[in-house]
Amino acid sequence: MTKIKTHVLCCGGTGCKASASDEIIATFERLLKEKGLQDEVQVIRTGCFGFCEKGPIVKMLPDNTFYTQVKPEDVEKIINEHIIKGRKVTDLLYLDPENKQHVADSKHMGFYKKQLRIALRNCGFINPEDIDEYISRGGYEAIAKVLGEMTPQQVIDEITKSGLRGRGGAGFPTGVKWGLCAKNQADQKYVICNADEGDPGAFMDRSIMEGDPNSIIEAMAICGYAIGATKGLVYIRAEYPLAIHRLQVAIAQAREYGLLGDDILGSGFNFDIELRYGAGAFVCGEETALIHSMEGKRGEPTLKPPFPAVSGYMAKPSNVNNVETFANIPIIITKGADWFASIGSEKSKGTKVFALAGQINNVGLIEVPMGTTLRDIIYEIGGGIKGGRKFKAVQTGGPSGGCLTEKHLDTAIDYDSLMAAGSMMGSGGMVVMDDTSCMVAIAKFYLEFTCEESCGKCSPCRIGNKRMLEILNKITEGNGTMDDLQELRNLAAVIKDTALCGLGQTSPNPVLSTLDNFWDEYVEHVVDKKCRAGVCKKLMNYVIDKDKCIGCGKCAKNCPAEAISKTNYIAEGHKLPSMEIDTTKCIKCGACMSGCKFDAISVK
Amino acid sequence: MAKVKSLAELKAMREKLQSNLDLREKSDNPDSMVQIKVAMATCGIAAGAKQVMEHMMEKADELKLSIVFTQTGCMGYCHAEPTIEVKCPGKDPIVFGHVDNKRADEILTKYVMNNELVEGIIPVNYEKI
Repeated sequence: MTKIKTHVLCCGGTGCKASASDEIIATFERLLKEKGLQDEVQVIRTGCFGFCEKGPIVKMLPDNTFYTQVKPEDVEKIINEHIIKGRKVTDLLYLDPENKQHVADSKHMGFYKKQLRIALRNCGFINPEDIDEYISRGGYEAIAKVLGEMTPQQVIDEITKSGLRGRGGAGFPTGVKWGLCAKNQADQKYVICNADEGDPGAFMDRSIMEGDPNSIIEAMAICGYAIGATKGLVYIRAEYPLAIHRLQVAIAQAREYGLLGDDILGSGFNFDIELRYGAGAFVCGEETALIHSMEGKRGEPTLKPPFPAVSGYMAKPSNVNNVETFANIPIIITKGADWFASIGSEKSKGTKVFALAGQINNVGLIEVPMGTTLRDIIYEIGGGIKGGRKFKAVQTGGPSGGCLTEKHLDTAIDYDSLMAAGSMMGSGGMVVMDDTSCMVAIAKFYLEFTCEESCGKCSPCRIGNKRMLEILNKITEGNGTMDDLQELRNLAAVIKDTALCGLGQTSPNPVLSTLDNFWDEYVEHVVDKKCRAGVCKKLMNYVIDKDKCIGCGKCAKNCPAEAISKTNYIAEGHKLPSMEIDTTKCIKCGACMSGCKFDAISVK
Repeated sequence: MAKVKSLAELKAMREKLQSNLDLREKSDNPDSMVQIKVAMATCGIAAGAKQVMEHMMEKADELKLSIVFTQTGCMGYCHAEPTIEVKCPGKDPIVFGHVDNKRADEILTKYVMNNELVEGIIPVNYEKI
């Protein structure tokens, strides 16, 4: 009998799938068969490894070799060299940007060194479409333990003791939330999983569902037992087809094993899960709006109280938790609340998954203990700023959060420290910006998003945000006044106080935090009519350095507005007169600058 | 497919399934485990390294030893193929040459299990960086 000697883990997350990981897997399978190695090598399609920047990822085991940016045509080389001859394919290894050396083992990569993977424990390790692999890692033992040994109250107490807080953003203690719902008597209760991930640039929940769907199913069943519900609903965006597919596969397999359905594990406890698809409205991540959307009504929030724990889906007591929150539940049950509470900071326990995006070297999905500093995340894990540029700000918490600056880099991040710094944890989007980002434009971007996504039910959010956006537009076009800045603050204060739901109440945060942290930049836009990052087009002027210009005339040819003409000035060492731009005709398209080979054109 | 009826059944199932993931679990933390590298270059394969490796893997299962087996390239001892390098946690690696099934068994039962050296040790004549 031949034995499997090598496992090939190939990322099947959305990111890597988009860069042909399916083809890579198919090529592996085909070539291994051709070479008669199909019984010795097992190819596994896993969930996200997190290092999306360098995807598609192929990891070889047992020697933990981490191949990056693999192309289908590289597969033959990996088989011939790595699998048959035992030699690593050096040019596919990760190149450490610091010392320019190839790193074979992912454990030695800066990106993974400071990470601790709890919610992502199975992502990139198991095949998400095979429940057996989840079970062989101890899966469904938490629900078995709960059903066999614990009372519902004990489960709630355990979760409360662990200190787990809602990973959707607000950070409400999960155990307390369960307790509130458990208290209410009803003939039917519901466990709802909020998978309506909507922050720009965030993909934590999607990756968990794609990489480890069974953990969500198990956690929802545990929650059902704790609060006395027999029905679970996952509200998931229809634009997450892969996550939906993997959840469906996992639910079907769990039913087959009797881990969902009637009389789970012979305990007499019944629980089943259905999916509900969202149309992708941001406001539906707010729990009351989410519930209305599931009921087939307009996705609009309603006033709390009554809280969903009292009257939620179909007016029955419901408990809504976010995907990442659920992903932590099974392991808290199996490893114990004390273990979980030993990780993290004083008031925020455990880990947090972040989606690193923006001007950072290692874009991807990371999980770190609460209390890790921003500096560690950006420079150690994220590998620093792209192109060696200067760090300017990091945006956390999406449209409800704010921008943090250099002075916050050493802040140990948790729910409370981020709140104190004028931002928030949010669901975990983290957008890093360098000095080419204009903070006024960033605030405008988020506000545009909010205006688009506002449901329009309450006027502070619908009209207030619109007015704020108009002022920001005015400022970026060079027509702002100092009074406008004060008006922004006034509007923000009113919206915060009076908006109906979380979306509205937090929507001024990006503006307020940039006003606080980048006041100078706002003043520059208003008083000097200048945008130092060169983003606000209306405030920019293209200028030709007459001493650098050799007078080739390419810019004049590129200019669609005929704004560039010859001067009489010939710089020393040049043969032709230099060019100049007529700023009154210039439409600021930048075609001249991108065409100039002599770096003679700049933005002032 | 049969339904899982109890925790005991689930655990039994896990036990049975675990061997499939064994290789992955082990490679997550190789330094705490016995690692055996089998030189699997042309000369090694010609000398029967593949059969020996398979034999050792089966034997290790039989003896319930948790070992990470890796194939490597040529170690340079072509005169003594098949060669294997055995690294026990906290010890320097030792290279054994001319490893056939019989010697492989000895290495597992004597060296790995009881820290008793067996014949066939090749003095390491180079340093690795």
